Amino acid sequence: MSTQTEKSPVIGKKSSPRSEAFKTFMKRLLKNKAAVIGGLVILFIILVGIIGPFLSKTDPNAQDILNKLQPPSKDHWFGTDNFGRDIFTRIVFGTKLTLKVGFLSVLIGGVVGIVLGIVSGYYGGIIDTLIMRVMDVLLAFPGILLALAIVSVLGGSLTNVIIAVGIFSVPAFARIVRGSTLQVKKLEYIDAVRALGASDGRIIFKHILPNIMSPIIVQATMRIATAILTASGLAFLGLGAQPPEPEWGAMLSDGRAYMHNASHMVMFPGMMIVIVVLAFNIFGDGLRDALDPKMKQ
Amino acid sequence: MTKYIIRRLLQTIPVLLGVSILVFSLMFLIPGDPAQVMAGEGASAQTVENLREKLGLNDPAYVQYGRYLSSALQGDLGNSIRSGRPVMEEIQTRFWVTLEVAIYSTILAVFIGLIAGIISAVRHYTLTDVSIMIIALFGLSMPNFWLGLLLIQWFALGNLPFDIPFPEFLKMRPSGWGDTWRQMVLPVITLGTGGAAIIARMTRSSMLEVIGQDYIRTARAKGVSERVVIYRHALKNALIPVVTIIGLEFGGFLGGAVLTETIFAINGMGRLTIDAIRQRDFPVVQGTVLVISLLFVVVNLLVDISYKFLNKRIDLN
Amino acid sequence: MNEMENILVVNNLQTTFKTDAGDIRAVDGVSFTVPKGKTIGIVGESGSGKSITSLTILRLLASNGRVNGGEVLFKGKDLLKLPEKAMREIRGNQISMIFQEPMTSLNPVYTVGQQIGETIQIHKKVGKKEAIQQSIEMLKLVGIPSPEKRVKQYPHELSGGMRQRVMIAMALACDPEILIADEPTTALDVTIQAQILELIKDLQNRLGMSVIMITHDLGVVAETCDYVAVMYAGQVVEYSDVRSLFKNPKHPYTLGLLNSLPRHDIEQEKLIPIKGMVPSPHEMPVGCRFAPRCPVATELCHNKMPQLLNTNDSNAEQIRCWMFSDEWDGDSEVTLYGEKRTIKG
Repeated sequence: MSTQTEKSPVIGKKSSPRSEAFKTFMKRLLKNKAAVIGGLVILFIILVGIIGPFLSKTDPNAQDILNKLQPPSKDHWFGTDNFGRDIFTRIVFGTKLTLKVGFLSVLIGGVVGIVLGIVSGYYGGIIDTLIMRVMDVLLAFPGILLALAIVSVLGGSLTNVIIAVGIFSVPAFARIVRGSTLQVKKLEYIDAVRALGASDGRIIFKHILPNIMSPIIVQATMRIATAILTASGLAFLGLGAQPPEPEWGAMLSDGRAYMHNASHMVMFPGMMIVIVVLAFNIFGDGLRDALDPKMKQ
Repeated sequence: MTKYIIRRLLQTIPVLLGVSILVFSLMFLIPGDPAQVMAGEGASAQTVENLREKLGLNDPAYVQYGRYLSSALQGDLGNSIRSGRPVMEEIQTRFWVTLEVAIYSTILAVFIGLIAGIISAVRHYTLTDVSIMIIALFGLSMPNFWLGLLLIQWFALGNLPFDIPFPEFLKMRPSGWGDTWRQMVLPVITLGTGGAAIIARMTRSSMLEVIGQDYIRTARAKGVSERVVIYRHALKNALIPVVTIIGLEFGGFLGGAVLTETIFAINGMGRLTIDAIRQRDFPVVQGTVLVISLLFVVVNLLVDISYKFLNKRIDLN
Repeated sequence: MNEMENILVVNNLQTTFKTDAGDIRAVDGVSFTVPKGKTIGIVGESGSGKSITSLTILRLLASNGRVNGGEVLFKGKDLLKLPEKAMREIRGNQISMIFQEPMTSLNPVYTVGQQIGETIQIHKKVGKKEAIQQSIEMLKLVGIPSPEKRVKQYPHELSGGMRQRVMIAMALACDPEILIADEPTTALDVTIQAQILELIKDLQNRLGMSVIMITHDLGVVAETCDYVAVMYAGQVVEYSDVRSLFKNPKHPYTLGLLNSLPRHDIEQEKLIPIKGMVPSPHEMPVGCRFAPRCPVATELCHNKMPQLLNTNDSNAEQIRCWMFSDEWDGDSEVTLYGEKRTIKG
């Protein structure tokens, strides 16, 4: 990096307006009761995922055939499954799997998508066209189909589901990031920074990326919800975590055969998926409203 | 307008090529020897070699792709490894079932979503609005395979929660009307409600944005009644952006078919795909994925064109 | 002035808005009268409540706005007490309004003819065909060339000036008695501005309606108005006929406004801006709202709000300033923006 760049006055004391903006953002977010509840539920689920397994005295895979298909009771809060395993324990242990898929796949999809989106928006031209056409191709596989196709060839496993759902998330990030990059690029101060001799890398990381974080954060939150839904769908189809892993979608699938006499096997895993996905969606809505009050009337 | 359609059609070509390349390369993503994987663990070396020869796996990749593309363009998607029948034939018999469910689901989603979204927007910040939006959030967050199972639990098995007696005539029967119920009504409800949630949210925010526009104030200043303001002046403008997601929804329903058709035991393309994946019948997987994607691309093309048609007046600003 | 001549009387109007940060009193005790066939200007800076005043008259406030008090007497009837249906019959028919942004004030998905025609159909109870025919007449009246062609066009096909003409045509289609023009020229090019003002004046003479001209531009006031209400922070601070306002401005704020404008009718040594800023609507001063910026404000001004009172000069003049009351506790001679003034107690 040239010395000139070092000397360039990078909009001095830039942290203060930013921290000011962060304060108003937090104020708005905390005023939104639904978002706060959503955030608390997410925190709680994360806690359960991390420390739940240590607190549990039961083995999620301990079979007790004599007590199979028991309805919810004091001993088995969510009942037992067809092998007599305690569903509550399995759900607690499965929390980690769900969160792992949600966060890791969005991390993969997010990083790749952000890089592609910024490169596309910043450089434009043929690179932009090329990247965006590839994204169009990925988007041409509707819904769960892309992830399904990838997992079908890679083989069903939690890692492969994370990869597949990650790839499935790339285009959404790339498109949003590209759009925001184009907007920020138009701002005059980017021209000013460039005129001062800043390198592309510096402009991208110091000036563009911080300015487009809001839509990225909102998108990431919502995408975690989608990722969890997609991954549990794959697991339901038998293409995710393999037995006896206590994956919620897989547990649901196991319960199908016993629906007529042990509906709790289907009920509880499904409810958990809804709660987690709902929490992320509500929190994402709240983040969006707090970051962009124009969206809200 | 004609220029736009032509440009949009030309833009579709690279996407379709990309889709075909991606579908084709699925074969190469298979870890290990695809022929071995497809033939199964216990297959003899001769069987594997025969299969490899049959699939042309010994040729360089670009030759294989060229062959794949040219035969696909002629409507030949290869043969199923399990049944030996042409993939196209397998798909044809199941195509309409899936399409029908997707179309009805789209109609249901648009119908419920629009009404709910409009009511929500007109009564924004009232109890009605909040209730609708909470229901929509649930609809958005509900895995459709779970909803499907619950519907079976309630309507097919007749186990309504809280011991509500279930009307006998509505119960799913092994044949006749019960089939329609299971193969059409429940899957459409399963898929459509989730889609309705998305459309309702979108319609509401679009309506609210339009209601804040200057021309709505102008309409009120003219002495137009509130009803006319909403339904004549606001709605028409608000619906334009909503159109764009209808294509996405439709695609989601096509993709969602793999789940609903599994749950409701419908013999459509989704189930065909899943069965083929389980049996490692990759030509069939490739075929269904390709056909579903093509259909999706075409629908999106139509949606884009109609959007442009609706929006041309504003766009020229 | 004869009371019967006043077609609109606004008395002590109060409008508040609910916001996240608390209620805002956007309009707080606004009074003025609109004589028949005359033009009254409401002038003030942005945020002074002038647009809200006009929207309150027609009851077109956004859903978080509420009228807390006062009356709007249109030919003796209080508009604030009318049922919504009766109010709709007045809007666009007896009282019309045009807005600041001609670019966004027309509905993009309907043709010019459909939009003018709608007003005519609603109020004159005529058919569609007749309405379009009358729309063409209206377009002709507002000076739009080849109206038969324009009537079928969409707003995006017209320029800003044209659109404002269409807005005027729409507003005048039912021969209203009052036209409220809310900054009708602010968004237009300077050359177009003059044309539009000329058009409004010309149509007023021909149709004999009253006009309420809302503007921040004293130039527009001088050119078009017969009477002026000067607004500051949600209140009318001075109301008088336009000649005396320019010749003998009384309120320190009015004086400040005039002094911050370049004028060619009198000699000015230099432009003197008003110090300070408009108070935030959340933290209104308890006394006179202009006191924090007023060069001659006293104890009294800071602590007690003055009322809008008739001055001794004539009935038509009203002013909201302690200097013109018996309670004035300051010097009897003050210097305001370089001008010496004698206060009569």
